[in-house]
This record gives sequence, structure tokens and C-alpha cells, in this order.
Amino acid sequence: TFCFCPLSAMTIDGNYLLTCGSDKTLRLWSVGRGTLLKTYTGHGYEVLDADGSYDNSQLCSCSSDKTVILWDVATGQVTRKLRGHAGKVNCVRFNEEASVILSGSIDGSVRCWDTRSRKMEPIQILDEARDGISSLKVSEHELLSGSVDGRVRRYDLRMGQLHVDFINSPITCVCFSQDGQCTLTSSLDSSVRLLDKNTGEMLGEYVGHQNKSYKLDCCLSNKDTHVLSCSEDGHVYYWDLVEGSISLKLPVGKGVVQSLSFHPTEPCLLTAMEGSVQVWGAVPEVKEEAAD
Amino acid sequence: MASDGEEDFVTYGIALEPLEEDEPAKRPLPIQEQTVKDEKGRYMRFHGAFTGGFSAGYFNTVGSKEGWAPSTFVSSRQQKAEWQGSRPEDFMDEEDFSEHGIAPHEITTTDDFVSRRRNPISEKAQAISSMQASFPADRLLDFLVPARTSIGVELLKKMGWKEGQGLGPRVRKRPKAETRTYGCEIPPNSSEESEEEDFHLENVTFAPKDVMPVDFTVKDDVRGLGYQGLDPLQALGGGSEPVHINLFSAESDRTSSLFGGRSAGQQRKRGVAGQAFGVGALEDEDADIYHRDTMSNYDSVLGGEEPGDGLYGWTAPQQYRRSQKDTMKDASYLGKILEGFTLASKAAETKTVFPPPVLPRDFKPVHYFRPVVDSSTVSPQLAKALEMSHGQVSNQPLQQGSRHQLDSSQRRELLGESSIKGPNSVFELLSAEDQQKLCSIRSTTQERWGSSGGQVSEVGRAATVASGVAAAKLMAQRAQSRRLLSTESVPSPETEAFTAWNSPTIDISSAFRPFEKNPHKQARYELYISRLKQGEKDALDQSLDPTMTEWERGRERDEFVRAALLYKPRSSCLASRFTRSQHDEDDPDSVEVTRDQENNVDDKQSAVGMKMFGKLTRDTFEWHPDKLLCKRFNIPDPYPSSGIVGMPKVKKDKFSVFNFLTVTDTILEEKSVSSTSTSQAVAGKRSRWDISAPGNRVDDHLSEFLSIARNSTSKSQQEPVTSAAALPPPQHAASEVIEGRDLEQKVAEKKDGEEEEEEVTESRPPMDLFKAIFASSSDEKSSSSSEGESENEEEEEEVEGAAGLEEIKKPEPSSTTPCAPAPPPPSHTGPDSVQDREFGPVLPPPFLSALGEERQKRQKTKKKHKKNKKKQKKQKERGKKNSKKKRRRREEESSSNSGESDEDQGTAVLPSDDLLRRLKNLSKNALR
Repeated sequence: TFCFCPLSAMTIDGNYLLTCGSDKTLRLWSVGRGTLLKTYTGHGYEVLDADGSYDNSQLCSCSSDKTVILWDVATGQVTRKLRGHAGKVNCVRFNEEASVILSGSIDGSVRCWDTRSRKMEPIQILDEARDGISSLKVSEHELLSGSVDGRVRRYDLRMGQLHVDFINSPITCVCFSQDGQCTLTSSLDSSVRLLDKNTGEMLGEYVGHQNKSYKLDCCLSNKDTHVLSCSEDGHVYYWDLVEGSISLKLPVGKGVVQSLSFHPTEPCLLTAMEGSVQVWGAVPEVKEEAAD
Repeated sequence: MASDGEEDFVTYGIALEPLEEDEPAKRPLPIQEQTVKDEKGRYMRFHGAFTGGFSAGYFNTVGSKEGWAPSTFVSSRQQKAEWQGSRPEDFMDEEDFSEHGIAPHEITTTDDFVSRRRNPISEKAQAISSMQASFPADRLLDFLVPARTSIGVELLKKMGWKEGQGLGPRVRKRPKAETRTYGCEIPPNSSEESEEEDFHLENVTFAPKDVMPVDFTVKDDVRGLGYQGLDPLQALGGGSEPVHINLFSAESDRTSSLFGGRSAGQQRKRGVAGQAFGVGALEDEDADIYHRDTMSNYDSVLGGEEPGDGLYGWTAPQQYRRSQKDTMKDASYLGKILEGFTLASKAAETKTVFPPPVLPRDFKPVHYFRPVVDSSTVSPQLAKALEMSHGQVSNQPLQQGSRHQLDSSQRRELLGESSIKGPNSVFELLSAEDQQKLCSIRSTTQERWGSSGGQVSEVGRAATVASGVAAAKLMAQRAQSRRLLSTESVPSPETEAFTAWNSPTIDISSAFRPFEKNPHKQARYELYISRLKQGEKDALDQSLDPTMTEWERGRERDEFVRAALLYKPRSSCLASRFTRSQHDEDDPDSVEVTRDQENNVDDKQSAVGMKMFGKLTRDTFEWHPDKLLCKRFNIPDPYPSSGIVGMPKVKKDKFSVFNFLTVTDTILEEKSVSSTSTSQAVAGKRSRWDISAPGNRVDDHLSEFLSIARNSTSKSQQEPVTSAAALPPPQHAASEVIEGRDLEQKVAEKKDGEEEEEEVTESRPPMDLFKAIFASSSDEKSSSSSEGESENEEEEEEVEGAAGLEEIKKPEPSSTTPCAPAPPPPSHTGPDSVQDREFGPVLPPPFLSALGEERQKRQKTKKKHKKNKKKQKKQKERGKKNSKKKRRRREEESSSNSGESDEDQGTAVLPSDDLLRRLKNLSKNALR
């Protein structure tokens, strides 16, 4: 069966990767060996995003069936099925301690679900966005959400403040830099912007790739030296963070590169294209095909 | 022809159903679906004719699919095991019961509920005997028998038969009581009869007389008529009371009284007891076995017995005298008291019986009902004649004149009475709770009443008046309750009328005048309407006559409201098709909005177009995380005392103009981006980030204006915001501890030299210094160079400060100053000082004094922000900062930065040389 893999996510320690797709399943792979470890079934529609907890004991995934599911990694059982979103749930993230699941939906709300209690209602609903939430990232005390209304919202829990940065184009992906001082946003005007987190100033703009209609990912390399972004022309673009010049145009395939993620510590890149996930290594170019 | 032929045929049997070609041929039922069910609906399994036809029970067994459930043996002290025998029926099919003569166990009516079939003969006999007896004691028991009438009696009753009547067709003439005459007396005068017969008019019939059957009790003894003989039970029973044995007892029912049946008064123990026999073994009490003969058994005194207390002749004469008086009274009843009855101690009050009134001479005990003729349908002459025949000629006109149609106020006016003082209604005298209770009861029936009461109008008023006090009370109470209930959300007709009439443009004169017949009422109604128009909510209560009684007012209130609704203006008819939107808020004119509104989007869009991200595109709001969320994130609640979650909301006037104005009440950040970008625009394109179109310069002035304006507003607003954002000290400290710890980890690997570098980014050292550093060596230890650098920095700072002052004079006022006035987030200042003590290098005092407080603050925040940034990041930062400074500076700095970057290159992925080369190229391009 044809499997559309819109997302691949590298787990925290970089040893495993998660794929989710239109076959309603969530799959766990070993990065090193390229083998399928487990398949998690339980969603009613395509799975749109997934994340792993810090200790690799739990997974969370979200789907078009408006639910967020918390999985037990070892048994593959559904620990909790969280309902409440009014539409597709686009993105889901654990917080650092995996005590809260945050999910952003097409209904424009970010819901904070408690994994510790048995309560099925979200702790808090962040409904400031005026359009669907496309991307969500969590740091230890901050919550970054990108919305289709062209705004990046940063909820600072410690300060009790909400910072809204206006980008004027639907946001496809938001990222924190590794040092937590900058935010990277990619938007549908085919540009990736690096913003100072505290002031909202633009520190860099990276253009050249093509991102007009798809929700494509962007990320920073493990040392914050480069900015990476997917492109609709089948390439992954590498920009030098400081100069903003394209340092590498990595051809991945013919289709749209939908998702990518960088290894947290090693120079290792994961890209996802229709039906396949590639892992790109540094010196010995190891290329693995993990097609369904 | 074919049809003709068919007609000629004679058909036998049942014709097959016509075969429809469209319908698919019916599939024959498969064998497994051909089932047979018995009369109980159970499937019958056919297992072959030779093996016995249908299987019995459950697959030739008994019981069910589960089989028999074994009865568990239970026996305990309290609950002894019952004998659970099994009967043959338990092992039989129900349909086989009849075959073996076992009556089916059905639920039938018990004897108590079956109409008792009395023995009619004995009953009749009793009736006869009761006629003879002075008081039918036995009949009393019959009265107490539960009403059991046979179905025949009930049927008869349904057909119109009554107890005591005879059966048969009704007769015209009452059968006369047969007066038998014995002897040769002259029959009585027949004139009376004829007079009677006058009354037996054509329509009156009588039931035939009930026939009393003849008592056919067989006389089987040789005694005289009516003689009973001595009853041995009575004679030998000999209770404590001596009983007068009446041989001619009233009891003709001898069979019942012989042994088993006992009369009501007599409670006799079974067995033999008495003076002659002693106490039997079965007797419970040892009754007086020894005979005590009392004098009372012998009538020594005329006129009654002595009292049973045995004080006769021994007590005080006074006491006795009274009792004697009683006995004297009793004497008159002597021998007349029935057994089981005693004389009443108090004499019953004598009932005064009034004789029936003397009938008038021409009184006829028959009433003729005359047919009711509707006066409207017949000619007036006939109607009049009919009325005359009724004897009630109403000469007055129907509407006003009849005194029955006057209400009490009109009557009062006619009589010249003053109005009644005091509470108008009984309802007002009730307590509040009772009133409430009544209201709640009525609210349920109000609907029903409303529909029926809706017909009440001026014309039907007389009927209302006549309907009596009860209805009037109800009406009054209803009106009262409606007023009480008017606070509820249910739209009452009153409010409906209010909405219909509540507009000053409506002309009353064009409105219908429903109460023209009663000018007072019409005046009141017009007052009500005019008040409605003026928008007075209590128009109804004000316009009513306060002198009227409560129920009158209630009725009038209803009428007015109904009239107002009925004759409401045309415009409101249209208006009634639209309903107001429902608001949950108390105040319908306000709407809840988030307190902090976003800035103007157009400004932002232009800022984005100019790539001036930062202050223009940044909005900062107060946001309250949920307490639990803070707990889960291990973060102290930033607003511990607030009950708000999310964005603080305020109620705003719904239709206020100010809602549409965006007020820039956001907390502005430390730096103004506009300043940097405008300076960039002036100085030309320095960095590759500042690729703004030349056409944008025109807009730059606008944005400058905007930024200046924003700055000024932000400054003015900063103060309250900071005070508001200032956190409680202990909590704040806690957050800082955490933050500090986090930072400690991140910063741990960094050396002090990096701190110096950060300061370098802030203050631009002279070119020769960077040259020296850059030229000296790339492998120089950062720690060793740091001190020298920092010293140089101080000088640089001063130089730069001067340069900044110069820039202030330039047309871009915000170029450097906004950096200074915009204070860092208030919460940062406190912790930063702590942090400085812990992690940061101690800044030289002259630097602080030279640059002043604001500068210091800014540096601190910068330091904090950049402390743990990676090398490349800093370079980029610098590049950005430099763009607003002089060109040369930037170049030097970048070169110096690249030099520094070499020092930390160990962790970088890219080779340091490569990075360096690229930066050089960059600077060259910039110079060109």
C-alpha cells in the first residue's frame, strides 16, 4: 500500500526515528540499523505528527481524527486517547518531562494535556491564534507556536507573557535554536527567518528554496551553524547561519521533501519524502531506505 | 375474446398468484429454515417419523439448554432447609398436563374478589325474620361485608335497576299498597285515588314492586310456630353474666346459631366450663369455678340491678344517690336494651325536627323542562313570548342595564358607597412563603388558564362575574403571580406588549379603542398605551385604578395586555418577527474582549515589507498560565494571586467607537528595531540582511514617525506596566534560582573570555586592537587575552558613547537613544545583578560610572541573552549590530570576531579557516 509519510521525527537521543503517515500508523525505527521496531495502530485517520518523551518510554501522536494519543512504547498500547480538538490536530509535542502533551490543531487552539492525571480535559487551552496551528515547539519554560494567521506566538510561562511576532505569511514551521536564544520560522512566502527570541528582531533571512503550498519543516543543525529547510523542488537547502548563503543543496528526490530533522548531537540528517525516509550521515554517506 | 372466455369458466379451488415477470423467482426456503413452532413459540425439532416425531422438551430431555440447576442445600439455625419436593409436573411438558388430569395452575381471582353468591333463600328468610325482630342485629354484619355484588346485580344496575326495586318493565301507575280487608268493610273512598291519579302523568313511570319470596324453610319439628326450644349452648354456657334465655328468640336462623355460628355479642370459650364442671385442662384461665351467687341475680329491688361494684348499701349516701338516679333512668330502658349495648351515660341531644312545609294547593310534584330556544334564530316576538313564559322578562338592555352585569365598582358608584379600605385580596394577607407556593402552583396551570381566560372580554364579562368568587380569586392571584413572576426570563405578554408599543412614533388615535363602552376603562387603557409608548416598564401597574380590588385589577391587567397585543401597531408586527439575540452577560451592551489588543496590522505589514522585524512586529501581552501547567513545567506561577487563565479580559462597551481604535498599550521591548533599521537605511546597505528596496526609504520616514510615537507612548506606559509586572520578591527569587542553575550548566564550559567577547560585541573596540588580536595568533588562549581586551573595551565604550551622543543630533533620534531608554524587562534586572555576582565577570567600576545606569542595564541584559550563545551566532549578531554603526567599525569587528571565533572553534563543525575566509569575503564585499 502506498504510504504517505509526512513526518519523521528523531527522538531525543537520536537512536530512533518515528514515522507517521496516511496508513494511520505510527512506526518506530532504529536509525542505526534501519529496521522497523514497532508499529502503533489506533488512529482513525492519517497520523500528522508524533513526538517521543525524553526517556523514550512514551510516544504521543496526533491525527486527522482530532485525537491525540499517548502510547506506551514497549507494549504499543494506547495509554490515553485525548479528545477535545475541533479539527485535525497538526502538531504535538511533549514538554521536557513528558508531563504535558501540547497539541496544536487546525481549530486554532493549542491544548495542554496532563499526562500525569487521569483527567481527560486539557489543563489549558491557548486559543489566541486566529487560524490553525501549524507548528509547535516546547522548551523548558516556553511554548512556541506557529499559526497560519502568520504569527509566531511564544508563551513564556515563567514571565507570564505572550509574545506575538508578526510574519505576514502562514507559518509552516517554528524552531528554537539549540541555545534557546533564537527562533527559526519558515513561512509560505518561501523564506526562513531567524528571529531574536527576546526582541523579535530578524537576525537572518534565508531564501532560495521553494515553499509555497506545503507545510514543510525547517531546522537548525546540531551546532546552530546551519539552517536547513525542506523544499518543494525535492532538495534540502543548507544555509550558513551567519552569512545566509546557500552552502549546500542536497538532492533528496523528485517529490516534495516534507519533513526533516537533525540529529541532536551528531551531524546526521533525516529527511522524509513520499513513502521513504532517508538518513544522511556526515563523512561516510550512509543512505538508508526505509520505505513502507 | 380471451376475457370473454375467462368469464365463462367456472373456477375451482384457489387460484395461484399471478406470476410477475419483473419479480425474481422466489427462492425456496432451505431446509434449515423450515421450522415448526409449537403454541408457546418454541421450536419443535422434528427428528423423523420413525424416531418419534417431534422431540420433547429440550432435545428429548427435560429442562432447558442449561439443564437443571441443582438446588443447593441450605440449612442454618435461622433458615431451616425446606423440603423441596419435586412434583410430577416438574418433569412434564405443559401441554401434557391436561392429558394426565392435572389442572393448569393459573392465576385466578381469589374468593374475596369474586362476587359472593349468596344463598338467596336464606337471605330472604333473614329479611323476613329481621322484619319481625325489634332490631336486626345480624343485619349489621351484613352491612359490614365488603361490597360484593354479583355481576348480575351490577349489570342490572347498569341497566338502571336500583336496589329495592322489582324487576320488569316500569309501570305507569304506582302499585298501591295492598290493603287487604278482612270482613265486610266498605272499601275506602275512591276520590283520593282519582286525585292521586292526576299526578301520575304521562311521562312518569314507576318500577314494579319487589317481590319477596316465600320462606320455604321446612318445619321439621313438632313445636309450636316460632318456638325455638332451649338452646343447650345458651342454657349450659353460663357465662359470668347471667343471660336471660329467650326461648322465642328472634333468631330464626337456627342452623347458624346451633353450634358454630355465634351471635356477635357472645364471646364464649370453647370447652366445658362452669361451676359444676371445674376448670378443664384446656382452659387458660381458671375462671370462677366456685359459684358465687349474688343478689343481683335476683331482682330484689324494683327498677334494676345494683351496680356491679358491690358497694350497694355500703357507700356514702350521696354517692349512691347519684348512681341511684342513673339507675332510675335506666329503669325506663329495662328490658329494652339489646344485648351487647349499654345505655349512654349522656343523653343524646334531642334533634329538633321541623315539620315539612305546607305545600301550596296547586303544587305539582312534577317539573316540566321547556325547550331552550335561541332568541337569535327565532323571531323577536317568539323570543319575547318565550321569555315571558319563563317569567323572567328582562326589559333592560343586556349590556349595561342589567344589575347582574355591573361590576362591583359600578355598583358601588350607583349606591354611592366609598371604596373599601384595607387589603384588596386575601392573597395579600398570606405570608410570603405561602404566596410563593401558590404562585409556583399556579405557574403550572397558568398556561391552561391563559387559554381559557383569553376569551374573557368585555362582552363575556357578565359570564366572568357570574363564574363566582373562586374564579375571581384565581384571576386575581394569577395577576399577582404574573407580577411576581415577571422577573423571570419567560417572556410574559406584558413584556411582549411593551416591546410592541415601545416606540414614540406610534399614533394612538389610529389605534383601536377596545373599551369604548366603558369610558373610564378606555381612559385607563389609553393611559396605559401612552405610557407604553414612553417606554415605562411599569406602565400597566401605574395606569390601573388603585381603588379597584385586586382581582379586578388583575383582570383588567390581563385585558389591557391582551388588547395591546391584539391591536399593536403595524410596525411592531414586523418587528415581532425578529428576536433579540440572547446574551448571557448581565449587561447586554457590553462585550468581553481581551484587554490587550494587537497593534495595527497595517503597520506590521509595512514593517514586514521593510523587513523591520522587531518592535514593530512584536506584541507582548500579559498571559496567565494555568496553575497546573506551571506545576507540570516545574515553574512557579508568575501570577500567583490571579484567578485568570489565559489573556486577561475586560468588558467593553459593545458599540463604543474606542473598540475600533487600536491602542498601542503593549509592553515594548528593550530595543527599538526601527532605530536600527533606519540608521541602516541612512548609512546604506551594510549587511546582507538589510536588502530593503530603495522605494522603501520613503516609507522609512513614516516608520520613524511611528517608532517615535510608539516610543513616547511606550515610555509613558512603561511605568505602570513595570510596576504591574513586578513580581512578588520571594517567588521571583525562586524563579531566578532555577534560571541561574540552568544557566550555570550551560555556561559552565564557557570561560570568562567569552564574557569579555560579549562585551566586545556591545562596545566596538578600535580597529588596531582587533588587528593586533587578529594578527597576533589564533591559538592564543582566550583567558589570557580576556583581561587586555576588557581594558580596551572600556576605552571603546567611552568612545562609542560619544559617538552615540553625536548620533542623537542626527535626524534619526531613535538611532541610539532608544537602546538606552527602553529598559530591559523589569524582572530581569534583579536577577541579573545576582547572576553577575555568580557567573559574570566583575565589571570595572569606571565603566559603570562612565556609561550610567541605563547603559549598564542594557549591557546586563545583553549579557544575559547572549551568554550561552554559540560562536557563530555571536558573529552574526555582531554583524547585525554593526550595521547600524560606522562601516569601518563593523569591518574591524567582524575581523576580530573571526579571530575570536577561531579560539572557540573546537566545537564547530566547519573548519575554522573556512569560516574565517568567508567572513573576510563578507567584509570585503561590504567595503566595496
